[in-house]
Formats: sequence, C-alpha cells, structure tokens
Amino acid sequence: MNITELFAIAPIISITIVSLIVLLVEALVKRSEGLSYWISVVGLVVTAYFAIATLPLIGTAFNRMVTVGGFGSMFATLFSIAALLTIILSKDYLQKEHANFTEFYLLILFSTLGMMLMASAADLIVIFLGLELMSICLYVLAGFLRKKVLANEASLKYFLLGAFATGFLLYGIALLYGASGTTNISFIVQNSSTLSASPFFWIGLGLLLIGFAFKVGAVPFHMWVPDVYQGSPTTVSGFMATGAKAAAFAAFVLIFLHPQSENSEQVKTVLAVISAASMIVGNIIAISQSNIKRMLAYSSIAHAGYMLAGLAAGNQLGKTGILFYLVTYTFMNIGAFGILSLLEREEDKNLTFDDYAGLGFKRPFLAALMAIFMFSLAGIPPFAGFFGKYYVFVAAINANLTWLAILGVLMSVVSVYYYLRLTVLMYFKEGDMQIEGIISKTSLAVLTIAALIIIQLGVYPSSILNIINNLN
Amino acid sequence: MLVDYIPVGIMIVFGVAFGLFMMKASEWFGPKNPNEIKQSIYESGMEPIRSARERMSIKYYMVAMLFIIFDIEVVFMYPWAVNFRQLGMFGLIEMFIFVAILMAGFVYVWKKGALKWD
Amino acid sequence: MHEYISYIVLLPFIGFLINGIFGKKFSEKFSGIIGSSAVGITFAIAVMIFFEMLKLPVEERSHIVTIFSWIAAGSLSINAAYQVDQLSILMTLIVTGVGFLIHVYSIGYMHGDKGFWRFFAYLNLFIFMMLNLVLADNFLLMFLGWEGVGLCSYLLIGFWHDKKFDTGGYKTGEATTSDAAKKAFVVNRIGDFGFLIAMFLIFNLFGTLAFEDVFSRASAIIPIGDTTMFWITLLLFLGATGKSAQIPLFVWLPDAMAGPTPVSALIHAATMVTAGVYMVARCSVLYALAPASMEIVAIVGIATAFFAATMGLVQNDIKKILAYSTISQLGYMFLGLGVGAFAAGIFHVMTHAFFKALLFLGAGAVIHAMHDEQDIQKMGGLKSKMPATYKTFFIAALAIAGIPPLSGFFSKDEILWKAFSDGSVVYFIIGWITAGLTAFYMFRLVSLTFEGKERWSHDKHPHEAPKVMTVPLIILAVLSVVGGFVGIPHALGGGNAIEQWLEPIFKRANLHLATGHHSGLTTEYLLMILSVFVGVAGIYFARKLYLQNPELVERLTTSFRNIHKLLWNKYFVDEIYDATVVTPIVKGSDKLLWKGFDVGIIDGIVNGSAKLTAWISSWMRKIQFGAVQNYAMVFVLGIIIILGILILK
Repeated sequence: MNITELFAIAPIISITIVSLIVLLVEALVKRSEGLSYWISVVGLVVTAYFAIATLPLIGTAFNRMVTVGGFGSMFATLFSIAALLTIILSKDYLQKEHANFTEFYLLILFSTLGMMLMASAADLIVIFLGLELMSICLYVLAGFLRKKVLANEASLKYFLLGAFATGFLLYGIALLYGASGTTNISFIVQNSSTLSASPFFWIGLGLLLIGFAFKVGAVPFHMWVPDVYQGSPTTVSGFMATGAKAAAFAAFVLIFLHPQSENSEQVKTVLAVISAASMIVGNIIAISQSNIKRMLAYSSIAHAGYMLAGLAAGNQLGKTGILFYLVTYTFMNIGAFGILSLLEREEDKNLTFDDYAGLGFKRPFLAALMAIFMFSLAGIPPFAGFFGKYYVFVAAINANLTWLAILGVLMSVVSVYYYLRLTVLMYFKEGDMQIEGIISKTSLAVLTIAALIIIQLGVYPSSILNIINNLN
Repeated sequence: MLVDYIPVGIMIVFGVAFGLFMMKASEWFGPKNPNEIKQSIYESGMEPIRSARERMSIKYYMVAMLFIIFDIEVVFMYPWAVNFRQLGMFGLIEMFIFVAILMAGFVYVWKKGALKWD
Repeated sequence: MHEYISYIVLLPFIGFLINGIFGKKFSEKFSGIIGSSAVGITFAIAVMIFFEMLKLPVEERSHIVTIFSWIAAGSLSINAAYQVDQLSILMTLIVTGVGFLIHVYSIGYMHGDKGFWRFFAYLNLFIFMMLNLVLADNFLLMFLGWEGVGLCSYLLIGFWHDKKFDTGGYKTGEATTSDAAKKAFVVNRIGDFGFLIAMFLIFNLFGTLAFEDVFSRASAIIPIGDTTMFWITLLLFLGATGKSAQIPLFVWLPDAMAGPTPVSALIHAATMVTAGVYMVARCSVLYALAPASMEIVAIVGIATAFFAATMGLVQNDIKKILAYSTISQLGYMFLGLGVGAFAAGIFHVMTHAFFKALLFLGAGAVIHAMHDEQDIQKMGGLKSKMPATYKTFFIAALAIAGIPPLSGFFSKDEILWKAFSDGSVVYFIIGWITAGLTAFYMFRLVSLTFEGKERWSHDKHPHEAPKVMTVPLIILAVLSVVGGFVGIPHALGGGNAIEQWLEPIFKRANLHLATGHHSGLTTEYLLMILSVFVGVAGIYFARKLYLQNPELVERLTTSFRNIHKLLWNKYFVDEIYDATVVTPIVKGSDKLLWKGFDVGIIDGIVNGSAKLTAWISSWMRKIQFGAVQNYAMVFVLGIIIILGILILK
C-alpha cells in the first residue's frame, strides 16, 4: 500500500470527501440547501475531472480490491455527469414540491459513490458494498416526497424487493466463494472452466446474475420498475433509470464480459432469454400507458433488454455497444425525465400524454428538446440512440444470435409508436397545458446541452467510441 | 466438494437437536405443580392489560440503530490493533480517516437531534 | 470538381439552419430566397460536376470523397464518405433540379402561410437528407439519409397539423393530417426494420458496409442463388416497399397527400419515394446474385402497378388520383429492376420525376385557384381560366400516358420491352393493360378538371397562378417533353445515352444475369405500336366517357357497384391491416400483456399457489405486503427458471 494508490482512486476519494462536507454542512449550517447545492455541483465537476484524469491508468489497487483507471474511470465520469445533471435539474423541482432539503443532495452523492465502487470493483465484496450503498440511498430517495402516498408506496416496494434481491446476490457471492475459495473476480472468471464442475458455481453465478438483472429492471425482475419510477421524485426516476442501471450494467460487464473468458452457452441462453423477454414486455406494455412516467418506466425495461442483447453476445463489439448505449441513454433519459419534472404540477398533474397536447406551440423550445429525446429513445438516426441499438444488435448477430437482433429491431419498431405518440400530441394537437412554478435558465441550459450531446454522438459517435475502445 | 460441508451440516443438525432437547428436557425433568398464580404470564410482575402489539417511540429505534452501527464499527478496530506494528504510519493514518468518517456521521446524528430523547 | 461534393450536401443544411433558427424574423421573400438559392446553388454545382464527368474517360468517372472517419469500433469501421459516380450524380441532378423548381413554386404556393419559414427549413432539411441518401458510399450513411427523409416527410405531411382530411371512406371525419403523418412514419418503420436487419446481415457476411467493398466481395465469392443473399435482398426490398409505397406497405402514400401540395410533388412523387428504386438499383449486384428476389421484385412491382392503377380509376380527389398514379409508376420501375433492366428503371425515375412533379404542381395551382377544393367532381371548365396550367398539365398527362415522343413513352416502353424480352409475356400483358388504365384515369382527371361544364359555385373566381408558380410549370413541361430523348432506344435509331452512361454501374450485376434471349427488331416495333395504341385508346375512352357521355359513367358505376365499392375502398387494405395488425397489438398490450399478464395471470398463479401452499400464505398474509408479494412471486419464478437453465443445461 502506498500513496500512489490513493491517487489512483482519486475520483472515489473526491466524491467521498464532497459527500462528507455536505453532510457536515447540513449538520452545522442552518438553511444549508443553497450552499450544499453549490458544493455538490463543484464537487461533482471536480470528481468528473479526476475521473477523466485517471482514465489512462491500468491495474488494481488496495490488495486487488478495486481496479484503477480505464473502465471504472469511464463509468465514474458518467456517474458524476449523471448526478450533476440530476442535481441541477432537481433544484426547480424540489422547490416546486416544497422538498428542497440538503439530504437530497447528500443521498445523490452517496449513491454516486456506491455506483463508482461497483464499476471499479475487482472483488465481489466491493461490488456488494457499492450496490448496497447505492441502493439504500435510492430507497430513501424514492420516498423523498414523503407526504405523497405513491412515494411511500414506491419507497417501501423498492426497499422490500431490493432487499429480497440483495439477499440472493449475497447468497450468490457466498456460493461462488464456496466453490472457488475467493471473491476475486479475475480469479473466478479465469478458472471458470475448472470451477464449472461444481453445481455451487452455477447456482452462485445464476444468483449473481439475478441480483444484477433486478437492478437493471429486466424481466422477470421488473415488477418494481413502473411503481417505483412513478412514485419517486421525477428527477430521481431519471437518475435511477440511468445511474443505477449503468452501475448494474457495469457490474454485469465486469463479470459476464470479462476479457479473459467467454460465456458458456447456457449463460448466453439465459441472458438472451431475459433480453428478449424484457424487450417484448417493456415495449408492448408501454403502448397502453397513459402516464408518461410509467411509459418511460416500461421503456426503460425495454432498453435494459436491448443492452442485455449486447451482453448475451458476449463479444468485444457487444461491450462497446453497451458502454456507448449507456452513455447515450444517460443523456436522453435524464433529459426526458428532466422535462417531465419541469412541467409537472402538484398532485401529479401534467404527467399524462393528453396533458402534453399542444406543447409545441406553447413552449416550442421545450417541446423540441422533448422531441429530440423521444426520437433518440426510439432509435431514429441521426440521434445517438440509433447507434447504441445498432452496436448491440450487430454484436448479437456476430455472436449467432440473429433471432435476438431481429426481435430487437422489430420491438424497436413497436416502440416508435409510443414515443411518436408524444411528439404527435405536442405538435399536431391543440391543448392547454398549465405550467406552474419556475423553469430556470439553468435547467433549460442543461437540457439543451444534453440534447446537443445526443446529436453530437449521433453524428460523430467516434468521439466517444475512441475512448471506449481504448479502455483497458 | 460437498464433503467439505459435512461439518457444517453436522453443526446445524446438532444445534437444532440440542435446542429441542433442552426444551423437552426441562419439561421432562422439572417438577410440575401448577396453581393459578403460576399459570399467569408473569408470576411476580404486573398483569398484562393491553395488547403486546404496541407502537414504540421512534426514538427507541433510533438509539438502538445508532448503537448497533457504532458498536459494529468498533469491531473493525480489533484486527487493526492486532496488526498495528506491521501497518505502521500508513495504518495509523488510515485509522484516522476511518474514525474521521465515523465522526462526521456522529456529528450529523448529534446535530440533527437524533440522540435527544425529548 | 467532384471534391466539392461535400458543399453540395452542406448547402441545403446551411439553408435549413438559417431558416430554422432565424426564420421567424425573416420576411417571406427572404426566407424563400434563402431556401431556394441553397438548393439552386447546389444544383449548379452538381451540373458542373456532371459536365466535368462527361469529359473524363469512363473509368475515371467514379470517385469516393471521404469527409471524416465516422465510426471506428473494433471490427466496425465506417467513413462518412460520398460516392460520386454516374448513378449518384444523376440522382443528385434530379433531386436538386426538380427540388429547386419546387422551392421556387412554393414561394408562390405558401404565400401568406404563418409557417412559411418553417416550411422552407423542412424542405431544405429534406434535400440535405435526400442527398445523403443518394450520395452515401456505405449502407449506414444511406440509412441515415433514409431515416432522415422519412422524418422530414413526417414533419411535412403533418405541416397543417389540425387540418381534417378525407381518407376515402376509411375512418371518415375523425382523421387529421397528424394521423396521416403518424401512419406514414410507422409504416415506414416496418420497412426500415427490413433495411436494418439486411444491413446487419451484410455486415456479418462481409465485415464491412461500404458499397464498393460489399459489392466487389459479393461479386467474387457469393454463388448465384445463395440463401443468405436471398434474405438480404428480400429484406432490403422490404425496406424499399416501405419507402417506395409498394405492396404490402403502400397504404401510407395516399394519406400522405394531406401535406401541402409542393411536398406531395417533391417528396411523395419526384424524389423520396424513388429512394427504394435507387437503393435496389445501387445493390444491383446483390440482386443479380439472388434470382428469386429479382422475381419477387418484378412480381410485386407489376402487381402494385396494376392494382394502384385500378384504385386510381374511381378516386375523386385530384391529389389522391396522382398518388395512386405514383404508386403505379413506381411499380413499373420495380418491374424494370426485377427483370434486370436497372438502367431502364432509373430512366423512368428521371422522366417520372419531371412529369409527376409537373402534375402535382399543376394540381396545386388548381387547388389554389379553387380555394382548397380537391374534388374533381366539383371542378370542370378550368381550361379558359388557367390556360398555362392547363397546357402544362395536358403535356404531363400525355407524357405519363406514354404518347411519343414525350419522355414517358421512352422510359415506360423500355421497361415494357425489357419485361417482355428478359422477363415473361405475363409481365408485358399486365404492364400493357396498366398502361391503358393509366392513360384512362389521367385523361379522366384532365377532362373532369379542365374541360366540360363548370361544376363549381360562382362565388369562386379561379384565376391563373402567379408567375413564380407558372414558370416552374413551364420548365417542367419542357423537360417532360424532351427528357426522354436521352434514352431513345437503338431500335428507333437513338443511342440510348442513359443506358450507356449508367452501364459501368450495372456492369457487375449484368455479368451475373443470364442474358435475355433477344427477340428481333420486329417484335420490338410491334410492342411499341401496341403500347402507343393502348395509350391512345385509354385517352379516347376517357374523353368519350367523361366529356360526351357523363350519364354513361353513372350507369356503369351502378351496374358495377360491387367492383366500384371495392376500388373506392382501395380493396379494404386499410381495414384489413387495422383488424389484423393494429388492433391486436394495441388490444394485446392493454388487455393481455398488461392487465392480463402482469395483473391477471400473475395474480392467478399467486392465488392458485396460495391455496396449494396454504400454510405458507397463512403467515404471509399476516405481513400485509399488498401487491409486492405478487412481484416477489414472479421474482421467484424467474429464479427457478434461470437456475434451471444453468444447472440442467
């Protein structure tokens, strides 16, 4: 152990310090919301800077507990940016909901720390640690608007099912330890061929897979997603759909797309089946939703399905595809939820499709942004969402999963229907949406940047692909 | 592989059997002279007059939870203390960081009034 | 000169940005000039590139201009690059040339519309996307343009979003243009599904998406009749049927007429809908390797040509008739491609762009003059009021009817001849009948609109359109007349210049195609005479019926009531799709999957198993989880299945 190791995990240390500062500020300063908001923003920018700075590093640190640089740093950057966008967009929303408490920023920061730990884990225990830190914060965030019945329901359901899933995950880790005598990921993955004789290995691996599948909201572990996304504060739903999902996918990739091994046929089958089921269930049920938050929840199940197709493919292209997909998905989904949060009114008004009729004339700029996010989610070029899908499906075909790719493309055709429905309502129908509260310039600026990034990644995907391909 | 778990299995079986045995044993060997007072729930206490399913003050849980958290954190100090010499200066700094993080949480809890009973 | 190709693509985009961002503050005139000149300059550059290519020897006419390295992900490496060759420059000339005229026309047509600047911004965006489509040097960039034009088409169909439009019997009264736009978009996505899968398969097979590499490798290593190639070409053709409105995906095009008329002229007649034809022609090598797909292309083409023509016979909406005529003519083009006459198909794309754009613009002028009246039964006698429109419209109708020496004659005749010599007699006969039907419904349209009695109320005062609209009409009329001279067949002493020009593009494909048994010159002359005859006959009967014996029309309609009803309702295709595809999916989502699966079946399973395992549920019920227990139940089922797959293998 030495000091250089501390520098190697600079992003994690940085976010920890920021969280602790906010914690103390909350305890020691009265009316600390404004101050903690700024500390969080600056702290996340600094963290993102460290994350980018540590990108070229290679190797592990702290007795092979965490990996440094590369993959973990890329995700750390993504998480910091997701948290940053969420925090900035939440400010208007929290004031409107009379819930602007410092704890909100605190919980976001701590859950970001958990996500970073997951993505840079080299050991199953660290994955578990990160997952729990992230999840517990999100359970609380889900019920943050505690006067709402739906929020309470969301929080409780998420907690109960989350605890259930965590139990299985931990049991899986224990069984893998039992089978291999270690919790080191590299060791387990490299020796998987010898270990696979033991049924404990398979049960352990399966339970691990189930634990992560729950966190990404894949079918059949998806039942919590619509309820929780609907009840949670809107910006938090966006954060869950992007940050938490990305973290779980990072863990997925660390174990099931490890460069030194190939997935066995049955793991491939399981992943492909889950992927197919998620695409079908998510997309088809999304059609009949009238609440946009629920629609986005089901659509996020479908997106998890698309990304799982890349995971099932299990090749380098699939990995690139998942990472690219996650980056683009983060921007478009936080953007979509962000716009929802700006327009939402008390008692969950302005959340149905019909409410959005005529928005294109009333708030042309917001509507244009929403249209970009919807088109990108639907996977229509030249927006970035298209390329994410493109990569994972090409990867699936390369891995002889042509049926899965065909199903995926077919299902994304179905998805056009409900994404387009919103656009049609905004531009082609008359309506009278009442907008309350402030829509600050900052929020608009953040949303615009997200939209521009989506277009930029669609027109010139190499900008991010080069980084992804050079990861260690 | 499975053979390695035999001791665990024996342990479980033995544990359950022992528990059951002790319960039954006291039933078998103990003298039985029941009377009305002995039949009551608390022989020398107060008669229960309300449902036992009662709400407890949240403060109780708060204190209990905080106790458990800080109690368990202290457990981590034992292995550190054992290896203190080998870890040297670095270990000392690490432990300071650890305690500092704990203290931050403690300050938060204290200032938020979680320890106040009123 | 060809290195300026990136400016060609960029200029319309700049026009789009200028009008899109600042357009609101511009005067109409300025918006119009910006929009039109962006396309006009593009056309001028394209012409210069074309003349430079003419001077070069044949081998040096094809260039690839790489703009930047677009995507590099592992084995996937794609450049943003444009391919300038004989085919793409021809398409560029058509798109920008016709596009420019339609832009100019729109200045007059859209006068006074509150979304004037928006309209020009969208039109420019469309040209940009279309140029990407035709100039792309790889499938992905082409797909980008392909989706982009679909998006623009969607935006432009719904341009007057709240306008009611008549679907022709289907869901009358409740549909608005936005529904038409949505329909177009969703139907197109089904086609795109085919395109995407085909693209994946191509990448999987060849490891690249660049046209040149794919085609040379396919030509070298793939045997004729290869199964994968069959699926690739079939899926690509599915994409083409979506964009080019062929059976089974033609339903969106008639509804797309809800958009402003210049849009119908540019996007839904002259350019975008021919993208499918262009794409199949571009992939001619792949099709040559899959004879079965070629056959399907030909059959779908001829069937569409025939059925669309029959549907056009009874329509009363001036734009609907033209829409069915477009579908029918596109069918001819696919017939040409299907029998291996790629050059003839592209030739027809060109001539069709001239006369169909002219017809639509003329129809626009009429609609304008009649104060948004589109029903030809309520027109008539407009000849004297709008002489320029009448004359140009008449020329276009002659051209589409295939009367020599107008452009339509040469291109259509070339396709029919090739259908006969390289395809089969059946193709020729159906195509020949369709040609007669075409002449008939076109002159029914001309007669009812411009000639005969005036059937409109006299509070309307139709007048000739302004210069800015008639000048494009006249230019297009000239092109409709002379446009065919580039393809005069050898039989008539011409050099068939267009076929020679395109020859290098289709050289590889022709290598793989069995060369047709060339029937003699006599047969060719005979067929020519036959097709001229049927065209003249169609015109004669239409004029006879609609100008001299209108009561006979009534009687025919009543005596063939059932057939009329079938045609009027477009063979009930919309209704069939609605009943078999749309409703089940929507209902299925609502009833079956959501309420049924997530709520019903799961609850059912839970309830059933709760009875079975009464002793578990007795203590589970005490802890009132509500629905969460069901969720957990699904969860456990999932675990059992997954662990089952993993352990049992």
